[in-house]
Amino acid sequence: MISVRWLHWADLVLPPLVALAVALVAGDLLILSYGQAPGSVWRLLLEGTWGNSYGIGQVLYKATTLTCTGLAVALPMRAGLFNIGAESQLAAGAFATALVASLLPTATPLLLAAPLCIAGAMVGGGLVGAVPGVLRARYGAHEVIVTIMLNFVVLALLNWLVSTYWHVPETLHTPTITSGQMPRLSQLFPQFHGSAANWSWLPVALTAGLVQWALQRSQAGFALRAVGFQPLAAENAGILVGRVWRQALTWGGALAGLGGINFVLGYKGYYEDGLAGGAGFLGIAVALVGRNHPLGVVAAALLFATLSQGGLAIHALVPKQMVEVLQAVVILAMAMAVPEVRRLLRTALTPRRRAP
Amino acid sequence: MTDSSATPAVRMTGIAKRFAAVQAVAQADLSVQPGEIHALCGENGAGKSTLMKILCGMNGCDDGRIEVHGQDVTGWSTARAIAAGVGMVHQHFMLVPTLTVAENVVLGREPLRHGLLDLEKAVADVEQLCKQTGLSVPARALVAELSVGQAQRVEILKVLHRGARVLLLDEPTAVLSPPEVVELWKVLRTLRGSGTTILLVTHKLDEVMELTDRITVMRQGRTVAVLQTPETTPEILAEAMVGREVDLRVQHAKRAGSRGDVVLQLRDLRVAGRRIAEAIRGISLDVRAGEILGIAGVEGNGQAELLEALTGLRPVLSGEISLNGKNINALTPRARGDAGLSHIPEDRHERGLILEFSVADNLVLGQQHHFGSKGLLDRRAIDAHAQAAIAAWDIRPPDPQAPVRTLSGGNQQKVVIAREMARDFSVLIAAQPTRGVDVGAIEFIHDRLRQARDAGKAVLLVSAELREILTLSDRIAVLYGGQLVAVLPRDACSEAILGGYMTGLGSTTEAA
Amino acid sequence: MSLLHFFGQTLRIATPYLFAAAGGALAERAGVVSLTLEGFMLGGAFGAAIGAWLGGGAWFGILGGLAVGLLLGGLHALGSIRFGADQIVSGVAINLLVVGATRFALQLAFDSSSNSPRIAGFDGFANPLIWAALLLTPLLAVLLNRTRLGLRIRAVGEHPQAAATLGVPVARVQAVAVVISGGLAALGGAYLTLDQHQFTDSMTAGRGFIALAAVIFGRWQPLRAAVACLLFAAAETLQIQLQATQWIAAQFVVMIPYVLTIVAVAGAVTRAKPPAALGRPLAS
Repeated sequence: MISVRWLHWADLVLPPLVALAVALVAGDLLILSYGQAPGSVWRLLLEGTWGNSYGIGQVLYKATTLTCTGLAVALPMRAGLFNIGAESQLAAGAFATALVASLLPTATPLLLAAPLCIAGAMVGGGLVGAVPGVLRARYGAHEVIVTIMLNFVVLALLNWLVSTYWHVPETLHTPTITSGQMPRLSQLFPQFHGSAANWSWLPVALTAGLVQWALQRSQAGFALRAVGFQPLAAENAGILVGRVWRQALTWGGALAGLGGINFVLGYKGYYEDGLAGGAGFLGIAVALVGRNHPLGVVAAALLFATLSQGGLAIHALVPKQMVEVLQAVVILAMAMAVPEVRRLLRTALTPRRRAP
Repeated sequence: MTDSSATPAVRMTGIAKRFAAVQAVAQADLSVQPGEIHALCGENGAGKSTLMKILCGMNGCDDGRIEVHGQDVTGWSTARAIAAGVGMVHQHFMLVPTLTVAENVVLGREPLRHGLLDLEKAVADVEQLCKQTGLSVPARALVAELSVGQAQRVEILKVLHRGARVLLLDEPTAVLSPPEVVELWKVLRTLRGSGTTILLVTHKLDEVMELTDRITVMRQGRTVAVLQTPETTPEILAEAMVGREVDLRVQHAKRAGSRGDVVLQLRDLRVAGRRIAEAIRGISLDVRAGEILGIAGVEGNGQAELLEALTGLRPVLSGEISLNGKNINALTPRARGDAGLSHIPEDRHERGLILEFSVADNLVLGQQHHFGSKGLLDRRAIDAHAQAAIAAWDIRPPDPQAPVRTLSGGNQQKVVIAREMARDFSVLIAAQPTRGVDVGAIEFIHDRLRQARDAGKAVLLVSAELREILTLSDRIAVLYGGQLVAVLPRDACSEAILGGYMTGLGSTTEAA
Repeated sequence: MSLLHFFGQTLRIATPYLFAAAGGALAERAGVVSLTLEGFMLGGAFGAAIGAWLGGGAWFGILGGLAVGLLLGGLHALGSIRFGADQIVSGVAINLLVVGATRFALQLAFDSSSNSPRIAGFDGFANPLIWAALLLTPLLAVLLNRTRLGLRIRAVGEHPQAAATLGVPVARVQAVAVVISGGLAALGGAYLTLDQHQFTDSMTAGRGFIALAAVIFGRWQPLRAAVACLLFAAAETLQIQLQATQWIAAQFVVMIPYVLTIVAVAGAVTRAKPPAALGRPLAS
């Protein structure tokens, strides 16, 4: 049965590689269309990201948020649900964490403030995630439609709250928080100076590990994966499918909400309208490339963070919007490669079995 | 009606087809004369349906040759099969529920007028076809609103509208009520009278004997016999299907112990149906420790709903289900399992197994909360459990981590049964326990069910295979139209007697 | 405000919705998820700018928008039908792709990160697309209910296997529906560009999703979807005209289509039921 397991890994790892290759070719074409040499642009992209500590810090910062939104898509996906609501769940989490931080007395010790603010972020995102969860479990409302539509509702609601009740005049952001700030990495490692990298990565990385562990080792994870593969068989085994759906989407929302601490506690110190800036939608790409495995999500988040930071680095030679195109190409190629690779592997396997 | 000198309407020679690890058809031959009603018989899994799908172009074949009216059509598509007048009436209806009868019938070869659909012509066509064949269906009704029997008539109309001269019917009576079956036979005879060739896939011997001119028997993917119906008997036919001499009457192994206390009790149970308001209409039944109680009946008479109600997947309308004297109406499926109810679901691929999970994980599915504590899983206990089950049930390959998807059907079913019999249970509900399982595994599974009975467990066996019911059961109840029309000791039963009850006619012989 | 002015304004706001919703209804009835409408519209808007700019006239803008839409529809069909990619993922990818590609192309063609130069267009009600949008709904209803393609689209979206066994080329029918849907939605985007005589970055601003909401709220029926478009547009018009009064915060008017859609799919009154095979391609 070695071949079966080998195939399982090939099925997991091959599509992202194919997608990356396709994106490289597409990138070459875009670069050429702008009259530049692909080699030097790619080199600049790598140098501007992984080539210096500022770049690394920026990648780390962006990857932290993307890990959260990626997990927010990946976890419900393991239960067979498609969460397209990470964008607004992230914003709600950020808003909630800013709210908690602003309610705390000034200069509350970080060890007390951080857990409270993190909990606030997860509750904020989780509340938004619970809506499609409940509607799906109770009324059978399709979670894709509900999460899309809810994005607009929640973002409009937050916009209204901030613009009507809680903003610094002449801006669309809330007052700066006075406790719960995550220290910048540069406080400990001065070479990160100027980058937005902060200690938010630590709880996020721990969370990713925890999700992976829970999926494999907990009763709840067992039930969730069973529901994701075959809801009818899970129901037959006494698993309450509706409850699993509700929990999966609620936790998905909470994971997206967690990403809010990176911006609010770690970077700006306030909630700002539009701070999600597409990171929620990019979470779909991250989950897809990471094959819905929490550790794969972390790797994919680093990849997409590299691309988006790299865009700034190459702007001197080609417009930074090139990387937006590339990100979309990766998703599209990935979506096509997954079924195609599976088909190819299956046909590759058949003759071997036929031989006695 | 048979004219053996004419070119056969259908001739299939040396057909072979493999799906992944399963050789569905190997060396099958079939020859059907024009204008005859020909039966293709065999047990579940003999390859009948696959052969039909190859004939109508839905599946290709790995080897062999297909001729229709003397022309080589090997490897054709559904579109070409339809064009050549070969039409299939599927077991699972291929109808678009949101379209009308007429729209369904003309789909794919729509009548046009001025470039637009001519729906009036479609309706007229359907009504004329109905008149010719004696079928009756409202042409303007939405298919979603039709009864099962009407939907099947639409399937037949669809095929006839395409000018089919060869009509394939796959288990057409599986879903029909007895009056609808009578109606269908009338229509098929009319069609034969007008020169249509009819090929009927079935495993019901009475249908075959009553209606057909000739019979081709398949076993394990091969053609094993071609018989003239008037010259054959159900015994000969059954022997050809099973491959050994079958005594249709006595083959029942007496149970070892005696019956114990009532462990599962149903009192005036009523359950809503999937498609009808009430599928189970007042059932009372006692199942005792140390007996196998078989529930016989044509599929669609409430079996599915009864099983779902017993296992907690479907709420009851009224009445009572008690397990060991306690009412379990309100218990969740999981609580019922913990209270001593084991369940082998009828469809292991859909309900019994998580195909992507490992053998080990499937062996604890539904009991995972007993393998670990504080919300966690104890991997070591799960593995030990798997090793033990694999050894006890001879599950192959003996690898706890192998995905269940990669196992053969028989081994998959062993995983399900091993899991359900590893519980501390007092009642085992076994639904179609040997469906789609190879012969060796069938014997093995039957032995295990008897052992459970002998160990003082109660077994409720629900099976569409009358022979399985007769082989295993100590008592037999017949489900018809959502009610138990008879509960008889095994010794008072024969296929004929049960057949009478199953078709709603009551007992047809005096033997009862 | 006069009633006539109100209806006129509503109609102008509704025009892009009507086009995109018509496209969305067509694709979804064929069983292909229409998260792509936003991308199709934005692509069409940019195509209109390029067309009008290169051709030097507004009619070239219509052609340019249509061409880009058909192309994007083809891409979605290629991915989700030929390659069997998840339709939702393919849709999200195409939306992101169009945002990025139009920005990149703005740089490439006009050396700007925000907008095209002023191009030819149509002024107000001289825009033929407004009148085309009004004709579109009955035409779409006829297409779906009274033509061969329409019957096949409806069959394929509900029960592709059944259609396939009757020799209906399922993949081709779906591909045709998706490509037409791309063209229609793109015309909605082209309307925006030609109305404003300019393309600006991300100018469709979620209109594709409002159109999708209208399709769902209209229960996948062309006429109902069109009514939903007009309803949503009327709400916006009202909001614009009432802005000064502060009677209700703009954000709550913005929410109307989305909230109504959520209520519709949750079945608070009667459940909006999508085509049975929506999003589930026919297994090869």
